Amino acid sequence: MKGEDLILFGLLFFSFFIGGWGWWLERKLTARFQYRVGPPWYQNFIDILKLFSKEQIIPSPANRVIFILSPIATLSSVILVTIILDRIIFLREGFLGDLFVILYLLIIPSLFIILGAFSSSNPLATVGGTREIKLMLAYEFVFILSLLIVIIKSGGVFSLEKILDKQMSTSYINSFSGIIGFLLALFYLQAKLGIVPFDVSEAEQEIMSGVFIEYGGPLLGFYRLARAFLYFSLPMLVIAFFMGKNLGWQIAYKYLIIILIISVIKNINPRLRVKDVLSLFWFFLFPLGIVGMFLSILGY
Amino acid sequence: MSKKKIVPIGPYHPLQEEPEFFKLIVEGEKVNELEIEIGYNHRGIEKLSETKHWDQVTFLVERICGICSTSHPFAYVLAVEDLLGITPPPRANYIRMIIDELQRLHSHLLWLGLVGHFIGYNTVWMWAWKAREPILDIFELVSGNRNNYAMMKIGGVRRDIKDDDLLALKKVIKQLYGELKLFQKAIEDDPVIHKRTKDVGILSKEEAISFGAVGPTARASGVDIDVRRDDVYANYDKVNWSVVTLTDGDIYAKVIVRILEMFESCSIIEQCMERLPKGEIALEIIEIPQGEGIGRVEAPRGECFHYVRSDGTNRPVRHKIRAPSYVNVPTNLVSVPGYTISDAAIILAAVDPCYCCTERSVAFSKEGRKILRGEELIKLCQQKTFKLKESYDNR
Repeated sequence: MKGEDLILFGLLFFSFFIGGWGWWLERKLTARFQYRVGPPWYQNFIDILKLFSKEQIIPSPANRVIFILSPIATLSSVILVTIILDRIIFLREGFLGDLFVILYLLIIPSLFIILGAFSSSNPLATVGGTREIKLMLAYEFVFILSLLIVIIKSGGVFSLEKILDKQMSTSYINSFSGIIGFLLALFYLQAKLGIVPFDVSEAEQEIMSGVFIEYGGPLLGFYRLARAFLYFSLPMLVIAFFMGKNLGWQIAYKYLIIILIISVIKNINPRLRVKDVLSLFWFFLFPLGIVGMFLSILGY
Repeated sequence: MSKKKIVPIGPYHPLQEEPEFFKLIVEGEKVNELEIEIGYNHRGIEKLSETKHWDQVTFLVERICGICSTSHPFAYVLAVEDLLGITPPPRANYIRMIIDELQRLHSHLLWLGLVGHFIGYNTVWMWAWKAREPILDIFELVSGNRNNYAMMKIGGVRRDIKDDDLLALKKVIKQLYGELKLFQKAIEDDPVIHKRTKDVGILSKEEAISFGAVGPTARASGVDIDVRRDDVYANYDKVNWSVVTLTDGDIYAKVIVRILEMFESCSIIEQCMERLPKGEIALEIIEIPQGEGIGRVEAPRGECFHYVRSDGTNRPVRHKIRAPSYVNVPTNLVSVPGYTISDAAIILAAVDPCYCCTERSVAFSKEGRKILRGEELIKLCQQKTFKLKESYDNR
């Protein structure tokens, strides 16, 4: 194993640790908002560890291949995204078009979560799956708009590394279009992570964690691992897009701010209906994104 | 997506902690039809009550429901007092009212928290339950128990409220006013809560009357009923309060009715504490003569009805109970269809259902499980009588 590989492995573990810790921070903040004590800092890690020690049950009417493949595919694509992001942010080694690779790889988890839900042939999982499809139609579009704002502002660069270089003097968030893009990316983050108010596909009280209802044991553990990685890579992506100046130790407080924002949004809102989520994304955020795009073309 | 399918809520579902079964027949997200199935938790309380003596039944009916654990004994002792033709001493009446209104406060706060939980707003859930905690502390101070207080007794109350506890109660009520105002403002100002609750699960006045809905469920639909005013018991005619009614009949109206009712309850408790006279807290009852009596109490969920008949022995020969959820739960049949699954979750919870009081028996046969309607039960009874007749005729 070469030295570079070792560094990458190290970074991957570091990302997992930070992601799990950020997830814990969100849970702890939520608990403090609600006058609860909250879990200890290692809670997410031992949760995942416990899941892997459990027996795997696969429902008999399920399509076994897809049912087992979905969590694994989800985790692998998320790990790939994390490695690419690590390389760009910490090692400054990007490649042309890495933005699109990240975009594609981030769609894969949602797709496989939906596939896994449908393959379990549970009616509640099916409802959750259809909800997730509708949700994807809403948030992926908004994310692409936010991405377009970044690309336009950087003058048509398709590499995240170059985008970071362009933000050496000032972060994109210090402009009108940058603020709009940041806002869109935050909504995307909230929806992608499935946090209230956009947790319609899991909605515990309505469809009993919907898409994940039939999953348990190690396969659920894969999903949880993927979620821990997402808690690292999605905020990092948003930071790289809009707060790209000074990515030394300052990245830590930027990450904390994003976690704080998502937990505040989580705790002052009830869950929205699917219909309301769609109308929010399509009739409010989408026009806002178009406005942001024009602003960025005009140079604001 | 247009395929017809069933989304089950229950018998075990995180939405509602008790065993019940709602079959949502859905088309995509839209609920077209609802089937209600209960009977998982039947305990035969009415029959059990016939095997206990008069005083023990008070404790038995307290265990019908953990939340309205004062309404049932209250209605029962009122029924027995109706049979005896006595009125308890004034101090006992005021203590009964204080306990009953405290129970309404804690029940409504519990429900408010659950509504928050059901629409995914866990902050409201935790905050409402935090506000509820001091009330449970008062119960513990007064009776030694957080939930089953055992305060009711035929002819009065079992224990007095000490002056120290009254001081603590005054403090708690004062603090509660502030918290209730916070909740009221938070709910009236939040556009997202409005979006989730307004014009959802509408129960019109006519439908409420035809289903015989009671309590806050009916009052939110504009039906002006309240047993405390319509059939005065204890000293409800001696304190100033008003019945809260709203006309919309949606979830939002049900939330607001309950919040406003909590303000009324606070004011009733304060007035009771002012007027609390000194004196006896219970009459001595030697024996229960022949006769029958009814007791009606406005439980947090609506009218709670108890009927007892005595043949002069130390046990009731018949004890009939009708809990409010028994008439409130079927209103879901008209308020759920037409809305989405997300709405169904909150509509089902909005009547503040309590299944353990509502359970009725279910017949099992070789063909499987079957729920019998009233006419079918009558038919079964008639068939049995005919068989009996035949067996006598053949002899």
